[in-house]
Amino acid sequence: MPLVEVTELVRRFEDVLAVDHVSFSIEPGEVFALLGPNGAGKTTTIRMLVTLLRPTSGTVRIAGIDAIRSPDRVRRVLGYVPQTLSADGSLTGYEHLLMVAKLLRIPRRDRERAIAEVLELARLEEAADRLVRSYSGGMVRRLEIAQAILHRPVLLVLDEPTVGLDPTARRTVWEALQELRRREGTTLLVTTHYMEEAELHCERIGIMNRGRLVALGTPDELKASIGGASSLDVVFTALTSDTLESGGSFSEVRQLRRRLRRFG
Amino acid sequence: MKSDSSVGGSGVSVDLATRLAEAVHPLSLGERVASFVAASLVVAEVEARRLRHDPWEVVTRAIQPLLWLTIFGQAVARARLFPGQGDYLSFLAPGILAQSVMFTSIFYGLAIIWERDAGILQKILVLPVPRASFVAGKGLGAGLRALIQGAVIILVAIAMGIPLEVAPLSLLTCAVAIVLGASVFATLSMLLATLLKTRERFMGIGQVLTMPLFFASNAIYPLDIMPSWLRILAHLNPLSYLVELLRQALVAGNTLGAPRDWLVLLAWLAVLQVIVSRRYDRVML
Repeated sequence: MPLVEVTELVRRFEDVLAVDHVSFSIEPGEVFALLGPNGAGKTTTIRMLVTLLRPTSGTVRIAGIDAIRSPDRVRRVLGYVPQTLSADGSLTGYEHLLMVAKLLRIPRRDRERAIAEVLELARLEEAADRLVRSYSGGMVRRLEIAQAILHRPVLLVLDEPTVGLDPTARRTVWEALQELRRREGTTLLVTTHYMEEAELHCERIGIMNRGRLVALGTPDELKASIGGASSLDVVFTALTSDTLESGGSFSEVRQLRRRLRRFG
Repeated sequence: MKSDSSVGGSGVSVDLATRLAEAVHPLSLGERVASFVAASLVVAEVEARRLRHDPWEVVTRAIQPLLWLTIFGQAVARARLFPGQGDYLSFLAPGILAQSVMFTSIFYGLAIIWERDAGILQKILVLPVPRASFVAGKGLGAGLRALIQGAVIILVAIAMGIPLEVAPLSLLTCAVAIVLGASVFATLSMLLATLLKTRERFMGIGQVLTMPLFFASNAIYPLDIMPSWLRILAHLNPLSYLVELLRQALVAGNTLGAPRDWLVLLAWLAVLQVIVSRRYDRVML
């Protein structure tokens, strides 16, 4: 049984079709990437998967649970790291984790061990007692990952986990994710702009453009589908170039993004 | 990482099955109530920890109400505008205390908008925790801030020689009333945040709202000097009931306060919490 099943997912914001009949599934243990230019509908898709946004139509099943009808149950098997780097700078890293552990009602006797485990995985042991406002971008992102996996979710969803980070920080984030997979077998769903990261770390990639899923497959399959393209970059450009090239579409994209921003 | 995918295989699926079984199992009513109470307290604890790392913010916020007490209060006391009320400064002190509770809490919704913009809210909302506990917990957190500020104001009022009833029971009543009142205004503020959605709009409306809430109440003058239409507004205004509880406890010696005042505040809180809990995730859309 696939862990994630998305069927004919649609989200409309007034007259804008942000997500247009998207279907895909993710197997347990897989690393799955959604790739696409800005405004392609990746974040909107993800927000529907993690129960933050109701679809206009279509279904999302995670671990067999209907995410639209039983969001509270889906939340118990799901971890989510949103795109914006965010953490409350006025608390320490340890306090962040302690608060989430308490919210999740992890029993007191297991709490310290659970926190120590995720701190170690995120390589934040030494920074744990510092206020988060002194953290670097990579550290904040790793703290967010640590927070999102405290309840040992079977699926971790990350929206642009490495955007805006320097190459070293990007590497440390992926190292933490790899370590998580090795230990827990957690299924990962990421969106990214970085083609080489998708190629290096992800087993299957879905390419989105203008709200639609325009290609889906392993990196090799995708390259083969464009007549043996040498890199994912070529595939990506071939599939999404109309967004910027076709007549008048630049202003369309701008308009779409402006609308999306208005909706938060 | 690709090469690892087959290694994970069988051991993982057993674990997966048990974890999924836990998730599919629905929670009983008792479990949900326990989860709500526990989570509310944790949300308030976050607030407490923030305060511990930066206590000065709250203390500096006590300055404005103290200016009301020292400057406005001294001048009006001299004018003897309300002869029926006895000592004006002891009439005013509970009013200013209530006003400070309202002023700190009414901008609480800004924190929600900020958390939304920063992405903190999204992370919290996907946790398997009842939504209502975020609203209740934020209210308690606002109460905590208001308490610290209230303590500063009472201490200064006593130092100014204003005669106040400071028996332990009176102070306890005040503390409970302050937390309740702060929850009401913080929840009202969160309701505004879910309606207005941006900081700019919120600031504008927030400023506008504090005026009628403050002046259409019994905080700085008795209700019976008001024209009747204003008196009706003051009777709808939750601030009036908070003022009344504080004034009864600190001045009139009616330590426990009138049941009517408690009930009105509790009703406001219950209604607002239900509405805001339902609207909470719409801040996102």
